[in-house]
Amino acid sequence: MAKRIEVSGLHAYYGGVHAIEDISMTIEPRSVTAFIGPSGCGKSTFLRTLNRMHEVIPGAYVEGKVLLDDEDLYASSVDPVAVRRSVGMVFQRPNPFPTMSIYDNVAAGLKLNGVRGKSRLDDIVEESLQGANLWNEVKDRLGKPGAGLSGGQQQRLCIARAIAVQPQVLLMDEPCSALDPISTLAIEDLIAKLKNQYTIVIVTHNMQQAARVSDRTAFFNIAGTGKPGKLIEIDDTSKIFTNPEVKATEDYITGRFG
Amino acid sequence: MTAPSLAKAPPPARGSALGAPSARRKITDRAVQGLVYLAFALAMIPLVSVLWTVVGHGLSRLDPTFFQFSMNGVGGKDAGGGAYHAIIGTLEQVAITTVIAVPIAVLTAVYLVEYGAGSRLARTISFFVDVMTGIPSIVAGLFVLALWLLAVGFGFSGFAGALALTILMIPTVVRATEEMLKLVPSDLREASYALGVPRWRTICFVVLPTALPGVLTGVMLAVARVMGETAPLLLTIFVTKAINTNPFDGPQASLPTFIWDQAADPNQNSIDRAWTGALVLIGIIMLFNLAARLVARRFKPAGR
Repeated sequence: MAKRIEVSGLHAYYGGVHAIEDISMTIEPRSVTAFIGPSGCGKSTFLRTLNRMHEVIPGAYVEGKVLLDDEDLYASSVDPVAVRRSVGMVFQRPNPFPTMSIYDNVAAGLKLNGVRGKSRLDDIVEESLQGANLWNEVKDRLGKPGAGLSGGQQQRLCIARAIAVQPQVLLMDEPCSALDPISTLAIEDLIAKLKNQYTIVIVTHNMQQAARVSDRTAFFNIAGTGKPGKLIEIDDTSKIFTNPEVKATEDYITGRFG
Repeated sequence: MTAPSLAKAPPPARGSALGAPSARRKITDRAVQGLVYLAFALAMIPLVSVLWTVVGHGLSRLDPTFFQFSMNGVGGKDAGGGAYHAIIGTLEQVAITTVIAVPIAVLTAVYLVEYGAGSRLARTISFFVDVMTGIPSIVAGLFVLALWLLAVGFGFSGFAGALALTILMIPTVVRATEEMLKLVPSDLREASYALGVPRWRTICFVVLPTALPGVLTGVMLAVARVMGETAPLLLTIFVTKAINTNPFDGPQASLPTFIWDQAADPNQNSIDRAWTGALVLIGIIMLFNLAARLVARRFKPAGR
């Protein structure tokens, strides 16, 4: 299921604004890669280029290549909708569909893509909720609205919804920043479990979280306001946090930054 | 105020920073409160008095006959007679109007918010929708009269009336739907896109259902508005005292034109019928509003 992502020479723009500049990296399958860096350095923008969500914003476009197991996501023949089916995403704020029940939220991706058959949907919903460590908490109230869950449960519901369509890659944009420490722990446990099956990329502002959950860490930085964000370095998490190549990385991690 | 100075401060005495609100503030508070209540009462006076008058005058003829008979062969002086033909006419005309106007209006709003946002075409459409909102209703009637009846050559019919009402209904529904669609958080659209759901499905199954309660309210307000229109109908459905259930052929009655017709007659029996017609019209609109509330509650997003 998991696929390797290879990015080369990637630039992203919002209208006339150059948001990220010349990023190249390889993201290994069945591992967790964390993106860290100051606000506005383009981590989230870069993450969104990996499933072509960047171009959803009017005026936004991308140059460069993103290969998903040798297939270029930005080739002209590729349908962005198909890309998003194989590269799922979890957002910063839990965003279950407010009109749908817990069950329908998880089944949404399948139903809206035309999967029918009650028993098959039942199976996938249970599997996904179990995969998201949420099944035991909600199995008796699948018909209740998804928006009635707590924040942490909602976020796990969103993860269940994302994995229900069986993507190859799971992108997470600060998935714990709106959650309390207990819910954060639940999500981190879940990430550790999911990495056996998926390629996971996580953006986080929490350095300890990056150190705890990720195998590799990428540090992004920005030269100044209005300048595009850049990838400073990417390496094994243990190396980035103990002995980074670049001074700026060390400064950021140790809190000496700006 | 910093923490140390707070710790050193003496316990709050009367007149200190932490004391009771000043007399001046209390008076201002009272005065503004009084003004708000007064404004509310003033706004209620016309509303209550209209209802009071309509109910008071309309009750005398609110009998089964009124709902069972038309005015066919009933003269102005005669007692009896009813608005059956007018009720049928109004319901049919408004139903046709809704069926034509709501899809056009909702799709226009979807284009304006979801597809065209900020484009030249969208801004142009938006401008003309605003212009349409301000069209006097008689102009809509004249337009249909000139185009549909005189130029194309169709006769008076309920459908022609519905066309005129459609012109009046579209802009209000577009505006209401547009506002409701804008309120749908973009998070939800992104969540749907990220699942690999195409845009049109996202709009149909995520965006529109989330906006549905508000859209329904907007539609109901528009229905209530066009149901009371008289001028455009006089020019398009004409007047008849007989039952005509076919909205596509021949003059049809409607409650507003029934009221207009009956109220113009000097006989007390006719005037009574006009009052009851007004009461029934208000009743129908209230029923529709109630139904829309119930439907909207049924679809209300939970939580948040």
